[in-house]
Amino acid sequence: MYRYDAIDRALVEARVEEFRDQLARRLSGELDEEHFKPLRLKNGLYLQLHAYMLRVAIPYGLLSSRQLRMLAHVARRYDRGYGHFTTRQNIQYNWIRLEEAADLLADLATVEMHAIQTSGNCIRNISADQYAGAAADEVADPRPWAELLRQWSSFHPEFSYLPRKFKIALTGSDADRAAIRFHDIGFQLVRDCGGALGFRVFVGGGMGRTPFVGPCIRDFLPAGEFLSYSEAILRVYNRFGRRDNIYKARIKILVHELGAERFAAEVEAEHRHVKTLGIDAPEAEVRRIAGFFADPPFEPGLDDAVDDGGDEAFARWLLRQVKPHKVPGYRIVNVSLKPKGGIPGDASAEQMEAVAGLAERFSFDEVRVTHAQNLVLAHVRACDLRAVHDGLLAVGLAEANLDLATDVISCPGLDYCTLANARSIPVAMKVADRLRDREAELGELKIKVSGCINACGHHHAGHIGILGVDRKGVENYQLLLGGSGAEDASIAQILGPGFTEEGVVEAVATVTDVYLRERMAGERFLDTFRRIGPKPFKEAVYA
Amino acid sequence: MKLLTGNVSRTGEVIWWTGDGWSPDVADAVLMDPAAGEAVLAREAVAEQVNDLALVDAEPGPGGVPRPLHIRERIRAFGPTVRPDLGRAGRDWR
Repeated sequence: MYRYDAIDRALVEARVEEFRDQLARRLSGELDEEHFKPLRLKNGLYLQLHAYMLRVAIPYGLLSSRQLRMLAHVARRYDRGYGHFTTRQNIQYNWIRLEEAADLLADLATVEMHAIQTSGNCIRNISADQYAGAAADEVADPRPWAELLRQWSSFHPEFSYLPRKFKIALTGSDADRAAIRFHDIGFQLVRDCGGALGFRVFVGGGMGRTPFVGPCIRDFLPAGEFLSYSEAILRVYNRFGRRDNIYKARIKILVHELGAERFAAEVEAEHRHVKTLGIDAPEAEVRRIAGFFADPPFEPGLDDAVDDGGDEAFARWLLRQVKPHKVPGYRIVNVSLKPKGGIPGDASAEQMEAVAGLAERFSFDEVRVTHAQNLVLAHVRACDLRAVHDGLLAVGLAEANLDLATDVISCPGLDYCTLANARSIPVAMKVADRLRDREAELGELKIKVSGCINACGHHHAGHIGILGVDRKGVENYQLLLGGSGAEDASIAQILGPGFTEEGVVEAVATVTDVYLRERMAGERFLDTFRRIGPKPFKEAVYA
Repeated sequence: MKLLTGNVSRTGEVIWWTGDGWSPDVADAVLMDPAAGEAVLAREAVAEQVNDLALVDAEPGPGGVPRPLHIRERIRAFGPTVRPDLGRAGRDWR
């Protein structure tokens, strides 16, 4: 994985000291809150319902064991013993004391971590396929390109005050595990007919108040023009994006209002100019960065077979959580952060340390965070799967539910978040409890819950989505069906009037009844919904 | 009736106006009429020690503990509903 050079280290350490000074001035009264607030937000510190919340960047979701141990240390030393992994592959802490925040950031800096650009109208943490560099179906590894983007976008002076926040995701496979079409820019690595590497470029996707699936504005962008084209997109957005209305400020609105073709034409015109400026990384620099993501020393000739030994729980875990690896004898292990009775995405300090230890012993010291709020050990030998399973079991993380009905994504909702209108975590937990007995029968079913229209729980991309709203001071929940954040991206549609908390749980159960009744052989929930439409579901739910 | 609430600037902790100071426990809070609440809010805002000062609707609750009317403020008062171990012991957010 990428290691900081002297420039990275100097930037992050200088930022910590700058914030330490700003914080001291705030605590002494020299700075008032009006002037301090934008400074703390630039360091990922939000004031939430109960305390300050710190959002720590995890570039493209990749962590070393040492970094994950530091996140456990932060949870224990500065928080209340746990952290919350988010749908942007970051981690958030909910109980931070402002007066300790500079020390916390200094601790993070010792392991090459920070909270820079995790807030504000800038380019946020870059996200990527959690199977990068391990997937059997990969065209090319997106991580070097994500790292290139990270370096290009960090403190980019032209893009520090965009009309609105800006999110970029990359994938290197046809299978979209990074929800790229719901991002401001989504890059998919592809090869042209001559075998040259490049990108398919999607712009203007997003969720929130006005959801869009991002259209493709360039079928093939040569890899060598990656940064200049990114710069051109951002320049067009910076010039034409709306700053007069926060609800119309995201690039998705600009792309929608101009139309994808005209927007693409503007980008192409800008690109003709920008690519003459020498912005694109020299090939040697791309190779240097790619070197950080070279394959670990895989052992050749390993036995590829896995014996479950007749252990049903282990067999179930193998079936659900373990995915093929590009190297025979290795597997990708998904670690569920949705255990029975657990809060989606939450992990205790002890659990983080246990996963860090397993990564150190069995996965070349690497952990990935997924946008579905789970973790991944990307390079596990088939012969070590039993030991990994048992290690996870010991800390309550051996649930076998990847992409099943109990693998529910949820934002923090009104239990923590000051923007939320309704609680989302209890609904996610109740839905999971309600469907647990039938989750194997239901098969792939992605349920996503948000506590407000900002859609941090990705409800628009749920096969079943739930959106919490405030109806005259009372929580109310809308039910949406038919979304997908994968390569078959679609936006879920509201089924009808909203429900109480208990009502929406039962409505979800009813929806699954209809699916089981109507499905044809081999159909997922989403396939059945797309075939028969909302009517049968609506009739059953509102009967 | 109103409660005056906010978060301690230094720590972020939720606090409630007691009539002569601040307390982290809503049980210590004083219910005020809106005009009295506005006056305290204006005075405390100048001190710059409390962030996000706000007057919230509330009523007398069981055992004399003031009960914010909106669920958002009850969650602020009693802690996350999904982590009762982190909230005020024995208090029901409902």
